[in-house]
Amino acid sequence: MHETAVAQSIFDTIIEQSAKLKGAKPLRAVISCGQFNTLNDEVMTFAFEAAAEGTICQGMRLEIKHIPLSAECQMCQKQFTFDIHSPVCPACQSEQIHFQPDAPLLLEEIEFEDIKDQGLS
Amino acid sequence: MKVNLNTKILDKNEQAAIQNRAFLAHHKLDCLNLISSPGSGKTTILCRTVADLKGKLRLGVIEGDIKTDYDARRIRAAGAAAIQIETEGACHLSAQQVSWAINQLPVSEIDMIFIENVGNLVCPSAFDLGESGRVVVLSVPEGDDKPAKYPGTFAQSDVILINKMDLIGHLNFNLERVLADIHALNPNADVFQLSATTGEGMQQWYNWLLKRVAK
Repeated sequence: MHETAVAQSIFDTIIEQSAKLKGAKPLRAVISCGQFNTLNDEVMTFAFEAAAEGTICQGMRLEIKHIPLSAECQMCQKQFTFDIHSPVCPACQSEQIHFQPDAPLLLEEIEFEDIKDQGLS
Repeated sequence: MKVNLNTKILDKNEQAAIQNRAFLAHHKLDCLNLISSPGSGKTTILCRTVADLKGKLRLGVIEGDIKTDYDARRIRAAGAAAIQIETEGACHLSAQQVSWAINQLPVSEIDMIFIENVGNLVCPSAFDLGESGRVVVLSVPEGDDKPAKYPGTFAQSDVILINKMDLIGHLNFNLERVLADIHALNPNADVFQLSATTGEGMQQWYNWLLKRVAK
């Protein structure tokens, strides 16, 4: 349930950014995570909705991207996408695998309602 | 209108971790973050380590639990300074909580700090506390499938302690499978089999610790 801490942090950043845009309403946020410190989509969505309830963020869409982890077999040098549930080389079944660094937890972008639109609605 | 950020979500935690790391380097302190399920024996390992290394290694301990200061009291009774953090529900320690606790420890009288994280094999591994090494404890009664089921935690550790080895004869615990799964996820980790209750295997862990502070 580290998703609750992640959700609160995303929420705080969205509120900060919204304030910079004169209170523009946020519509969508895109986050990404790696394979080791991964996020559960369902729990993440629930935690974010709980944080957003009753605020300007209520009703926002949260998109969660899972970044694959690249790996190289030390025995046959095959490069492949590491599957955490089957941690062997898909070509030679070796367990001698070298990983690239895992992707960090990132808040990639936030989409806000256009400020000029607010005047029209 | 899109705002591109690409900021680290746990940035506040990471900033605090960077500050902790600088503080620890300034005071020439080694710092290990202990992660495991509840009941794996982290506190028992620490109590025995404190008692057995008395006069060789001066330890300070930061204890993380959802509730109570039971563990800090056990550590103090074993003979080391201990600061308790009660997370009041949070499933992991944050670097900010550790910053507070480090400042409560008598750092000039300590060589190494242990941070005993909240018992949980998932969440603590996502939070850098500013430590210089990670210790994962797996106890035999938990079962031999834990490295496979919690790969992120085992992949991001420097040393793995397989505790309660004195019970292995009573349980269906396939040690070969555990060692193979750990090796696949993290070929560089040191793995020590021990029992903090009987003391078997503890010496290799002590040697590992003493080698770190000798550097």
